[in-house]
Amino acid sequence: MRYISNTKAQQREMLGVIGAGSIEDLLVRIPPKARLGRPLDLPPAMAEMDLVRHLAGLARANASADDVACFAGAGSYDHAVPSPVNHLISRGEFFTAYTPYQPEASQGTLRSIFEYQTMIAELTGMDVANASLYDGGSALAEAALMAHAATGRETVVVSRGVHPLYRQVAETYGEGPGLRLRAAPLGEGVTDLGALRKAVSTATAAVVVQYPNFFGCLEDVAAAAEIAHGAGALLVVVVDPMSLGVLVPPGRLGADIVVGEGQGLGVPMSYGGPNLGVFAARQELVRRMPGRLVGETVDLEGRRGFVLTLQTREQHIRREKATSNICTNVALCALMATIAMALLGRQGLRRVGELCVAKAHYAAARLGAVPGVRLRFPAPFFKEFTLQLPRAPERVVKRLLRDRILAGVPLKGFDRAYRDCLLVAVTEKRTREEIDAFAAALGRAVA
Amino acid sequence: MPAARAPYERLIFELSAPGRLGHSLPACDVPDPDPAAHLPKELLRADPPGLPEVSEVDVVRHYSRLSQLNYGVDTNFYPLGSCTMKYNPKINEDMARLAGFARLHPLTPDDAAQGALRLMWELARDLAEISGMDHVSLQPAAGAQGELAGVLMIRAYHLARGERRKKVLIPDSAHGTNPASTAIAGYAVVQLRSDESGEVDLADLERNLDEDVAAFMITQPNTLGLFESRIHQITELCHAKGVQVYMDGANFNAILGLTRPGDLGFDVCHFNLHKTFTTPHGGGGPGAGPVGVKAHLYPFLPAPVVVERDGRYALDGKRPQSIGKLQAFWGNFGMLVRAYAYIRTMGPDGLRAVSENAVLNANYVLRRLEGDYERATQGPCMHECVVSARRQKRQGVSAMDIAKRLLDLGFYAPTTYFPLIVEEALMIEPTETESKETLDAFCDAMARIAEEARSSPAAVLEAPVTLPVRRLDQALAARRPRLTWTPTAPGAGP
Repeated sequence: MRYISNTKAQQREMLGVIGAGSIEDLLVRIPPKARLGRPLDLPPAMAEMDLVRHLAGLARANASADDVACFAGAGSYDHAVPSPVNHLISRGEFFTAYTPYQPEASQGTLRSIFEYQTMIAELTGMDVANASLYDGGSALAEAALMAHAATGRETVVVSRGVHPLYRQVAETYGEGPGLRLRAAPLGEGVTDLGALRKAVSTATAAVVVQYPNFFGCLEDVAAAAEIAHGAGALLVVVVDPMSLGVLVPPGRLGADIVVGEGQGLGVPMSYGGPNLGVFAARQELVRRMPGRLVGETVDLEGRRGFVLTLQTREQHIRREKATSNICTNVALCALMATIAMALLGRQGLRRVGELCVAKAHYAAARLGAVPGVRLRFPAPFFKEFTLQLPRAPERVVKRLLRDRILAGVPLKGFDRAYRDCLLVAVTEKRTREEIDAFAAALGRAVA
Repeated sequence: MPAARAPYERLIFELSAPGRLGHSLPACDVPDPDPAAHLPKELLRADPPGLPEVSEVDVVRHYSRLSQLNYGVDTNFYPLGSCTMKYNPKINEDMARLAGFARLHPLTPDDAAQGALRLMWELARDLAEISGMDHVSLQPAAGAQGELAGVLMIRAYHLARGERRKKVLIPDSAHGTNPASTAIAGYAVVQLRSDESGEVDLADLERNLDEDVAAFMITQPNTLGLFESRIHQITELCHAKGVQVYMDGANFNAILGLTRPGDLGFDVCHFNLHKTFTTPHGGGGPGAGPVGVKAHLYPFLPAPVVVERDGRYALDGKRPQSIGKLQAFWGNFGMLVRAYAYIRTMGPDGLRAVSENAVLNANYVLRRLEGDYERATQGPCMHECVVSARRQKRQGVSAMDIAKRLLDLGFYAPTTYFPLIVEEALMIEPTETESKETLDAFCDAMARIAEEARSSPAAVLEAPVTLPVRRLDQALAARRPRLTWTPTAPGAGP
């Protein structure tokens, strides 16, 4: 067994030192009736080459973005991952390190997280960012709980433009603390501000909008901020960090907490996980934030160094009074994002955003020109938009897979009101040729 | 003070030079590349975000050098108790990076994701067999989220029976996530005492068990490295009062193929795939925290559940009694691929050998240390052992000092000051992947430190001196939090 290092002779020698006759002698605390008296019923061990064959077979049974042109989004996107990302995160010193609780032997991890916090704060226009949460959904849930704790109020008003799966996660997390989520309706693809104003009261802990929203539309964040703040509530904005090279950051529009899914920043789609939960806030809220924070300090000799800080918020210190139960986060995904952001740099993130905008608008024009197909909402969009189709979108998606196109995400499973709609995402990776082929195939599928 | 190597001081922002590029993007192949042609001007950011301007070479060298400031399992022995820092097999990484897994969109129609769904279905089945539970959800992103899922299922179960129970019992030796997850699930936490042997105090348990208790949450083996030997009595006492019993599976590495939580009477247990099942810790995550349940809790599992019908696999989201979703998609799939590859590599005999060797290694370390350090428990331990530096403390050397000195001697530190019930605790988990030679080197270092504490404590108190930084001022960091880089920060770059 290649992952167990001791030889039989060493095992005997060690038992001798311990003064035990066998390993069984060491298991005496397990009552005999608790022992499993048979081998586990699992497939037999596989040699490495057999394992590779088996898993390669399973991998081939999936239509990945290597096999199809991926126009699916809804929170997971086929953005380009620069080559150095995988090489660097695969270094064992990063990859096989634990949470940096011993800072002197973890300065690499701590420094990269400090860089990550700085970059996320800069992108979102906020003062501080944490070291990561699991994903966009759990980040929204934590934001709702934090707003509840910060304001002492029981209700969070969530726009129906917020990702339906994120709203479901927030509901799960809100169950115990008794947090009520109230949906604010949409007008034409964006939050109905009149209805939002009516939904908000002095019982509202926070208003949540997504920017760009689930349907791809760009919300009026400043107006939502004015409504939230008018009632003494916080504004939570769910973002796609990939859009923030070109869009005005929510921090400048009145956001108090910014959360989002950071997967597009160098993290593979990997069938939906692990992802990267982004969480940033205004300075005044820092002591209520969930998750780990890295701070700068000095060592005994006055040299700059980094540590996990403000840990009295966290479960290993505060136990049931902690701001969150999170322990393990997604540090390695945050490292992927840090490296990707460093490579893209000041110019690159904007260039990626510009390509997304241009290609998405080209695609919307081409696809919207297919007879019977129309762009569902008039609102401005970034890289994702909603199409209304004359045929059932699930069938269209199935049909287009034969043309090696993953056409998008049918909305039936998310919101019955949009069961004839398809959500289409166009990243910088999609080519004009792929978009043209998509339009042609869509034309055939709905003809 | 001797420094082993010139420390690397920079942050990426301090390498920035205006106009330098680290990316390669294609020319725009569609009309109107300017976003102003498509979007209202007031939505557009006038100034690009203040990210660094660095070349690809800068980035590669910077992060390579940062990595060298870390200890990882690949470079150093990592005897961190309760964390199971075992070797992370390289082949698992290759498998998780296969395009068919890594580049698969989560909302791909089920028909076009059969390989991924089959892998998830088989992994859930295997974890059910390993744990003796009836069903497993792979959705929780980490152990703490598995705990939250488990406690919420228990809550939903009681509510479905018309019972509004208000308390959860947790031993004083528990991980901090147990009370934190329980509190988020809406319960009051009642802490139970451990008895003199380090196990659950049965009398204290009986005193606190009543119809208002929803669950008892324990770690098996517990955080002292002891198997709770009266576990059947515990689960029977709980069940007699309608109390559900939850097992924190953080220490599963001790019991693979030896005993199963389901057979011990547990109703729920979670797994840390990033501990027992070798997915890497990555400097703090991602992990994966699947949760297993007995049949009576099946209706409440997080949605969706992977189901199989006539050899076809599907995500079943129509689950009216489900506690809901914990993350947007189906789980940390990339971690699931690694754990699956590990279980297939090991097979049933290999997994049992894992736990046997983990127990052997921990007992060997305990035997070798017990002359210099006080044992926290009597008799054999399971996969980890806890010793106290109480004796060294009297000599002026704390558990923290010992940890720092170990860093100087080339070992990562054991977990310190946990479990909370042991004074000056050092919690050591060697894992099965380490050889006797490595354990001997570690035990020699521990003996050397005990000797230094007796004869020349300065060496211990000043440690570490060979790492990129010396001891860091935690109080300063908390008093005046500096959480982002600014060009004017004191001590910042040239």
